[in-house]
Amino acid sequence: MSENYTDHMGRPIVVVTGMGVVTSLGKGKKENWEKLTAGQSGIRRISRFPVDGLATTIAGTVDIIEEGEESAPTISYAMANATAGEALEEAGFGTDGFPGPLFFAAPPVELEWQHRFALLDEMPGKEPNYDTLLEAARSSDHSRMHHLVQLGTIAFKIAEKYKTQGLPISLSTACASGATAIQQGMEAIRRGETGAALCVASDGSVTAEGLIRFSLLSALTTNNEDPSKASRPFSKDRDGFVMSEGSAALVLESLEHAINRGAKILGVVQGVGEKADSFHRTRSSPDGKPVITAIKQALEDAGLETGDIDYINAHGTSTPENDRMEYNSLKNVFGEAIHEVPISSNKSMIGHTLTAGGAVEAVFSFLTMSEGLIPPTINYETPDPDIPLDVVPNVARKAEVSTVLSNSFGFGGQNAVLVFARDPA
Amino acid sequence: MNDSKNEVWITGVGVISCFGEGIAPHWETLGAETAPEPVIDAERFAPYAVHPLPEMDWTRQMPRKDMRQMETWQRLGTYAAGLALEDAGMKEDEELVSTMDLVVCAGGGERDISVDESILAEARGRNDREMLLNEKLPYDLRPTLFLAQLSNLMAGNISIVHKVTGSSRTYMGEESSGITALQNAAARIAAGQSTHLLVGGAYNAERVDLLLSCDLGHYLAKDGVKPVAERQKDGGGTVLGSAGAFLVLESAEHAKKRGAKPYARLAGIESGLGSRDNQETRERLDGIMERLGVSPSSTTAVLSGATGCADVTDLEFEALRRRLGMDVAIRSYTTMIGNPIEANFPFGVALGAAALKNKSFYPSFEEAEKPVKVPPTTVVVSTVGHYLGEGMALLEQIA
Repeated sequence: MSENYTDHMGRPIVVVTGMGVVTSLGKGKKENWEKLTAGQSGIRRISRFPVDGLATTIAGTVDIIEEGEESAPTISYAMANATAGEALEEAGFGTDGFPGPLFFAAPPVELEWQHRFALLDEMPGKEPNYDTLLEAARSSDHSRMHHLVQLGTIAFKIAEKYKTQGLPISLSTACASGATAIQQGMEAIRRGETGAALCVASDGSVTAEGLIRFSLLSALTTNNEDPSKASRPFSKDRDGFVMSEGSAALVLESLEHAINRGAKILGVVQGVGEKADSFHRTRSSPDGKPVITAIKQALEDAGLETGDIDYINAHGTSTPENDRMEYNSLKNVFGEAIHEVPISSNKSMIGHTLTAGGAVEAVFSFLTMSEGLIPPTINYETPDPDIPLDVVPNVARKAEVSTVLSNSFGFGGQNAVLVFARDPA
Repeated sequence: MNDSKNEVWITGVGVISCFGEGIAPHWETLGAETAPEPVIDAERFAPYAVHPLPEMDWTRQMPRKDMRQMETWQRLGTYAAGLALEDAGMKEDEELVSTMDLVVCAGGGERDISVDESILAEARGRNDREMLLNEKLPYDLRPTLFLAQLSNLMAGNISIVHKVTGSSRTYMGEESSGITALQNAAARIAAGQSTHLLVGGAYNAERVDLLLSCDLGHYLAKDGVKPVAERQKDGGGTVLGSAGAFLVLESAEHAKKRGAKPYARLAGIESGLGSRDNQETRERLDGIMERLGVSPSSTTAVLSGATGCADVTDLEFEALRRRLGMDVAIRSYTTMIGNPIEANFPFGVALGAAALKNKSFYPSFEEAEKPVKVPPTTVVVSTVGHYLGEGMALLEQIA
């Protein structure tokens, strides 16, 4: 292995050679990037199901199902299929198959109410309970429904369709899952297990019950009046996140693998940091230590100092607690210099794409570097004096960006931080 | 990179099944000269049988306040994780657990059956069922139930209760999640990306919602009291079992440095995915064993997590015998503890580790299983998922 192909620790350099993205802004990198940098919001009134009586009535839904069943697994699969296809096409892998494994950040899927009701209706006159649903299950074949609600199915189908190698990996680290998928692909390449990895994340779980569950945890904004104004990360009047759908896919390769096949290099996944938090199921340690540790580890892993970071792609959910905690942790690591580093939250426009967030924001981070344009934090009208960051307010900004730090945090004490670079060092 | 690989040792095991808790009692019961009668409850969920949990005193591994935040599935995992840490001599060793990586294989958590059934009851007479959900769910769902349902919250609870806070990753995908969890965990230790980690999962079979999601595809046995191989004659099917299995894996160097005694060496894990067409499945299983480098030997035995599902269980046994010889001792531990889906593979590895440490093997769990001639020094653990995905592990005795 030539020295030029390894990083500061002698590990294979990991590059990106293909990307795909779907969000509430649209399908594909082009449409997403145009709208994102124009400061457009993808958040809208929910039309998929009635919202009467619900505390939150808005979301960043993706209407991708043209015919057939609309459910979390079918939407998540359709989006993952679109982004994996886009990424593989850009990377130049044909239909012969992909020479590496699939790492898939999988949304939580289970039997939905439409399925329970359908089973119930197969058994008229029977007691309305699970025994009856089980009787319906026994009475005729529901294999399609079975496959739909198994947690491994979406990855199995993507692996089959794009002919990735071996047993696909379905993973979840809650709202850090997208970052974890990239991390796992990177680690596999660094171990020398594979020259390439397909990392996909997808989440299409805006159902009534999904929305209500987050609502009951007081995690969602109730700022329903103007959907496009609801997500306001780092603003004083932020009051929760907007639940959204989306997917992203990234083709990772070792630099050597990419160069040998003449692939165009879109950027480098240079470092990763991860630290679990044992403080609480939904809240971060008050001292921010796990997040601080993850950020420091990511920088060290990338061989960079805080001064080397040109831009921060924030987790920035727009909940009162997250944004304050994220600022405090960044300030602990960067010191006063944090106030000079541009930082923005894509979630101000696309909402929180949950399982997909880290991967969607990774794609936008690479576009930020290649296009020299930082997407704004929109709805920034009332700055929070306790968070005096340069959030690139409301309007995109032209800038030379060669390194990005991207944060992802999730329920269950999940913290993953990625460092990206435009060019191989 | 092969020359610089670290050996992966199993240095702690924590299991719970219908036979009780702890690996030593499991070995005593299941490793006795004659096999015990499996514990099966064929009444509660008839026509389905399940291997039920033993009576548990959860507070032995978790504070009451944390216990109340979890449903059975998460408690099982948190409890088994605590047993494994204890067994490895790591429990409450802050330095070790705060740098320990956590790898969990998980499904989804439990639903509130009474809320679901009350909605089903009202739904009968209504055409506006979506409105019904909006009327009921915001008031009837317990807010914290969501946290008991998220796949990665078993890991979250293990971090909270046992302070395992290096990194935390959760894998999904039914039986195959156990395979990817262990495969990834072992690879990280071998490559030096982790020095010590806790890996495993748990499954609560005593839930109508999970029975339903399995039997939608007609995967459950209708006569679940027969052993796995015997069941094949009557159409097969899987019998779910409540169980938890966690392992502490360490690099040999890390284990030696702290004077830890290993159970066994985890020498390799291989896996595959593809169509369940007979010929393709045969080729894949052959390929897995080829890559694992196993060959016929009187000192190799097999622990199979055979689901019991018709066709695929026969294909698994055939493949094992084709590669390892017609007389190879195969023990379907699922006959004894049921199929704990995500925990299926880790449980098999736990049983294999116990056998190698005790330099003996398990008796036949049913008539069709061949006896061992000499105690095995190598154990193959095989899991072929009820629906998709398959993998095998190679465990070796450490002299």
